[in-house]
Amino acid sequence: MTTEQMTGAQALVRALENVGVDTVFGIPGGAILPAYDPLFDSEKVRHILVRHEQGAGHAAQGYAMVTGKVGVCMATSGPGATNLVTPISDAYMDSVPIVAITGQVASASIGTDAFQEADIAGITMPITKHNFLVTRAEDIARTIVEAFHIASTGRPGPVLVDISKDALQATFGFQWPVQMQLPGYRPVTRPHSKQVREAAKLIVEAERPVLYVGGGVIKAGAAAELKVLTELTGAPVVTTLMAKGALPDSHPQHMGMPGMHGSVGAVGALQKADLLVTLGARFDDRVTGKLDGFAPHAKVVHADIDPAEISKNRHADVPIVGDAREVIADLIVAVQAEHDAGRKGDYADWWRQLNAWRETYPLGYDEPSDGSLSPQQVIERIGRLVGPDAYYVAGVGQHQMWTAQFIKYERPGAFLNSGGAGTMGYAVPAAMGAKVGAPGTQVWAIDGDGCFQMTNQELATCAIEGIPVKIAVINNGNLGMVRQWQTLFYNERYSNTRLKGAAADAKYIPDFVKLADAHGCVGLRCDNAEDLDAVIAKAMEIDDAPVVIDFVVHQDAMVWPMVAAGTGNDDIKIARDLAPDWENGD
Amino acid sequence: MSLHTLSVLVENKPGILARVAALFSRRGFNIESLAVGTTEHPEISRMTIVVNVEELPLEQVTKQLNKLINVLKIVELDTTQSVQRELLLVKVRADADTRSQVLETVQLFRAKVVDVAPDAVTIEITGNRDKLDAFIRILEPFGIKELVQSGMVAIGRGARSITDRSLRAIERSA
Repeated sequence: MTTEQMTGAQALVRALENVGVDTVFGIPGGAILPAYDPLFDSEKVRHILVRHEQGAGHAAQGYAMVTGKVGVCMATSGPGATNLVTPISDAYMDSVPIVAITGQVASASIGTDAFQEADIAGITMPITKHNFLVTRAEDIARTIVEAFHIASTGRPGPVLVDISKDALQATFGFQWPVQMQLPGYRPVTRPHSKQVREAAKLIVEAERPVLYVGGGVIKAGAAAELKVLTELTGAPVVTTLMAKGALPDSHPQHMGMPGMHGSVGAVGALQKADLLVTLGARFDDRVTGKLDGFAPHAKVVHADIDPAEISKNRHADVPIVGDAREVIADLIVAVQAEHDAGRKGDYADWWRQLNAWRETYPLGYDEPSDGSLSPQQVIERIGRLVGPDAYYVAGVGQHQMWTAQFIKYERPGAFLNSGGAGTMGYAVPAAMGAKVGAPGTQVWAIDGDGCFQMTNQELATCAIEGIPVKIAVINNGNLGMVRQWQTLFYNERYSNTRLKGAAADAKYIPDFVKLADAHGCVGLRCDNAEDLDAVIAKAMEIDDAPVVIDFVVHQDAMVWPMVAAGTGNDDIKIARDLAPDWENGD
Repeated sequence: MSLHTLSVLVENKPGILARVAALFSRRGFNIESLAVGTTEHPEISRMTIVVNVEELPLEQVTKQLNKLINVLKIVELDTTQSVQRELLLVKVRADADTRSQVLETVQLFRAKVVDVAPDAVTIEITGNRDKLDAFIRILEPFGIKELVQSGMVAIGRGARSITDRSLRAIERSA
């Protein structure tokens, strides 16, 4: 092993190159400045200068989601680092592998309230999978290797590496490769065969099983295996918000998305099931509703790579710790063995019930009576015209749920959104990162006007760096989801949810078309159904600049079905005060 | 609720106590007592944590602890299969009238006087929780001026060691 004299900053850039980093999103500043000097010379790493560190973090997430690689963001100490807190938290909740590199004040100044000092390792302790404070140049390369290993293996997640300025500046003897020192980190990926056999036995014995599929299946790259298992068992499948496309929406055994805004068929399937085969999902409250009323008749098989998820919210009768792909592959063999032994589930009655729900309660929406544009229609048409090959990136709120409901996903990972954290402002920067990761694929952000105003500064980044994303702003002039709750639960008292002025004829401020123009993007507007397809087609044709489309839509549209917060899934409503008849179709 | 004693082997690196303590507080677990020190291997520290939880949350506690990258191993020590000790230092009012009674109590409990002043004595005692509680009860009438306790440390009975394998993991990774 040869030793090469270099600075800590050079070692950082070399280590990033050596672990395969090709893109870093970030903003320089005092403490991280030494790193930006060798970064300037790197031929392997492209640095994309964003406009706000939050944008760097979400862009790293979007990049990670479409490439399957670790996304990287970089910021300086203090406010640069604290601006990364939201995307780090987002990546933690949705298990997205990112590495955040932050500069820190010189080690001698740590703890003295120095200029731009913040204890970012302390601040991010509860929202990172792990974090490091590095104060010696010799430790930088090894720490980078460890950070990438931790972020990308086991249950993926964000890792922060905080490096003091003196460590970046010091000169030392660099050596490669480096040896990781992580004696306490041993993620389990191989499932226990006895548990898998037990699960297979329950599947063939069940009368009303459901495969409850979560984001872990997409993270594990197990969509092909899931399809085989689905067809082998003949069981219905529900895919959560984080698992859209894990099984094609067009698959006949797909019952839709469960949860607060899930389909009646998917929610009903879970509620009436006698067995949940839970694969890479975590019984989130948005799926279960009131926990003690969730799937009350079901035994639970729970497979997850994170042992702490098993029996956290719902007791697992058969716990399986392992990577979803390996678990499903083993389940296929085990279920096949049951079939070969003459034991096969008979779900004909179950399917009669499921199909009745599906036919009686399809997803749908009402056209606004005043001729204004329906937000659901906008999103549905985008999905139809743009097609299943594109990436769709949603913010958080009504438009997010409609993007989950009305776009048909045919491939895993095509839908990016902020699920666990619910971060408004995720869409624009995440779409930017996704487009950098998959430049040959159309990337459509479907954003709300509230979300859009939180992070649209990255339009400038997209325009300057040549990242031609499409951004469909579903503009209802309100914080739509909050307004929906105010309509339903607060006597239509619209406290602080109206984004345009109070007057009935108030103008929309800002003018998103002008805002797009000012940022070097193409701005389009559509406010009626007649122009809808033409405007979408026009946006699709533009490939040399980012496009922002201001879809001015009706403000009173609501997301249905809905399980109100704090109630059980059995109390799902398909419209205001309208509950499904569970016995229907019997 | 019931008390459980966990022996947690961790890498001897800065900031780990903060990680463990923060985990307990953010997950809403109650720590009854916590004691930390290095082991026979300088690269490994051992925390003895007494938690007050039901069986199911206890499983969550250990699983969440295991997710911390610097945690090497967690063992729950059964009260009957382990030796559990706490150290207590207590300053008791003891003037000419009461000193002999206080000293008698010290002898009965096989405790030790470590400092004497004209109107007080400072006593050191080790033992399990029940013994220390009994000692405090007996001393109370004399007047306890100040009291400090170490938190419990515990070790399994028999010849087996829980540190060996963790040390091997460290050696492998180094």
